[in-house]
Amino acid sequence: MRITQGCFSFLPDLTDDQIRSQAQYIIDKGWAVNLEYTDDPHPRNTYWEMWDLPMFDVKDAAAVMIELDACRKAHGDRFYIRLSGFDASHGWESVRISFIVGRPKTEPGFRLLRQEGPGRRQIYATQAYAADRPEGDRYKS
Amino acid sequence: MSLFDKRLTPTEAPKRGRYSAGVMEYRDMGYWQPDYEPKDTDIIAVFRVTPQDGVDPVEASAAVAGESSTATWTVVWTDRLTACDKYRAKCYRVDPVPNAPGVYFAFIAYELDLFEPGSIANLAASIIGNVFGFKPLKALRLEDMRFPVAYVKTFQGPATGIVVERERLDKFGRPLLGATVKPKLGLSGRNYGRVVYEALKGGLDFTKDDENINSQPFMHWRDRFLYCMEAVNKAQAATGEVKGSYLNITAATMEDMYERAEFAKELGSVIVMIDLVIGYTAIQSMAKWARRNDMILHLHRAGHSTYTRQKNHGVSFRVIAKWMRLAGVDHIHAGTVVGKLEGDPNATRGYYDICREDYNPQNLEHGLFFDQHWASLNKLMPVASGGIHAGQMHQLIDLLGEDVVLQFGGGTIGHPMGIAAGATANRVALEAMIFARNAGRDILQEGPQILEDAAKACTPLKQALDTWKDVSFNYASTDTPDFVPTVTPAE
Repeated sequence: MRITQGCFSFLPDLTDDQIRSQAQYIIDKGWAVNLEYTDDPHPRNTYWEMWDLPMFDVKDAAAVMIELDACRKAHGDRFYIRLSGFDASHGWESVRISFIVGRPKTEPGFRLLRQEGPGRRQIYATQAYAADRPEGDRYKS
Repeated sequence: MSLFDKRLTPTEAPKRGRYSAGVMEYRDMGYWQPDYEPKDTDIIAVFRVTPQDGVDPVEASAAVAGESSTATWTVVWTDRLTACDKYRAKCYRVDPVPNAPGVYFAFIAYELDLFEPGSIANLAASIIGNVFGFKPLKALRLEDMRFPVAYVKTFQGPATGIVVERERLDKFGRPLLGATVKPKLGLSGRNYGRVVYEALKGGLDFTKDDENINSQPFMHWRDRFLYCMEAVNKAQAATGEVKGSYLNITAATMEDMYERAEFAKELGSVIVMIDLVIGYTAIQSMAKWARRNDMILHLHRAGHSTYTRQKNHGVSFRVIAKWMRLAGVDHIHAGTVVGKLEGDPNATRGYYDICREDYNPQNLEHGLFFDQHWASLNKLMPVASGGIHAGQMHQLIDLLGEDVVLQFGGGTIGHPMGIAAGATANRVALEAMIFARNAGRDILQEGPQILEDAAKACTPLKQALDTWKDVSFNYASTDTPDFVPTVTPAE
């Protein structure tokens, strides 16, 4: 399967040039680029690990690409990596755009757990197959 | 100031005492005050007034002020037991409507104390109460309102708001995608859930009950909720994304609605929906319930066209949009411009600004008569639904921006290769267009080429474009802002 979180998961994987164009868009909007990674892609896992602090003062997407390369070297294809733009302006103060820029080669996906309740009710839980293993050891490189 | 200022000076002293028993013209009773300067704390309304033949427009407008505030048809001495000068609404300006002989815009200021805090029902009972049936008027329309910050702050506002909705759904940077399950009536719960599953798995964020899906013989509500949540959870596991289905909790009584809302919550739904026809009080009750229960509240504007569509009589949708932001819903259908339902591009832009901005400057071209501060009230996500398809993606994003739910019902379910393929086509078209826009391309000009290029890697999109490429709904709008008297054609 292919996890389709983020803004561009239905497009073919982005090339570095394409990632750079979107990073520059974020910078030109006055937002801060942020890189995060995880090997627990549960849809409710809000807090991915931060790759250093958000790049509040970076004005050139080339610098973002250097950070992205470093993040890839450290965490390779055993993690998901996402790039987001954070807008600190009043009334928003949250993420403006977020998309996946790196993912493991194979994505086994999620199992849907069911617990039978009264009145045909099901209590559902979504669990990544990979999550059975400890953090850092979940996806093969 | 108004054209009437010179011709129609403030009335000289009435011939008899103000409080002598009998009938007196409204303009003489204090409801016409051309020198009045509205206070920052006043509520202001602008009406489109069509007086009966022979009725003076200023007297007609003063009558609107009177009948929507303290007046009755005759002088009453009991006015003198009150601070009646303060409580009288004051018509302070009357302008002829451009290119509409015999029709006038009347501007009326209302003292804030006339209104109960935080109650749309109370506001509506005054402003659109008795006065719309008043015989000396042929027709009357409430065009726009300005609310002082002190009044705005008495309302909860949208239960969730655009920003928190996006955070909860973990979806940023693009419009959300939805579809209304079709056929709107007749599916069993089991078959209904099939449509939901296919559409969500294929790439939509939301599916939606239609306005008249409640609890009918072919599908009772509990059955629908159970099957829909099975579909939502399966799609969530299949994609790794948060998914939702607007479960319509509209019902005959508040007790029924609360029961359905609670059940939706127990099943883990992120969103419920209501119809505008349940009434303002019920809407505010559900908005409070939604805030208490971390639920997104979708409003389907069922019934609004009965009073919003014709220019001469009723209530403009921009007023309904303002009331609904105060009342506290999170989603509101606000028009598509290019789709099958009524919506002038300029007027629609005005509705979207009311939903999404913290401050609306006066913009007569967009139908906004007044500056409006929203005082950090949550933002309300507009929904574009009805007769739109993937081939219009560039126009939709250009017109409506990215904080909007685009709902492709027929454009998803009617796809020749099935529902999931239809959903995928829409999602790919959307992502490709947002990507191109961010990368600096002129999507309005290059849109068709961008879609064609995206379709090379996505057969469902190619099929969608082939199926619907020539479909458009180009009709003149019946409701356009009259400061720009020409009708703007849909693209």
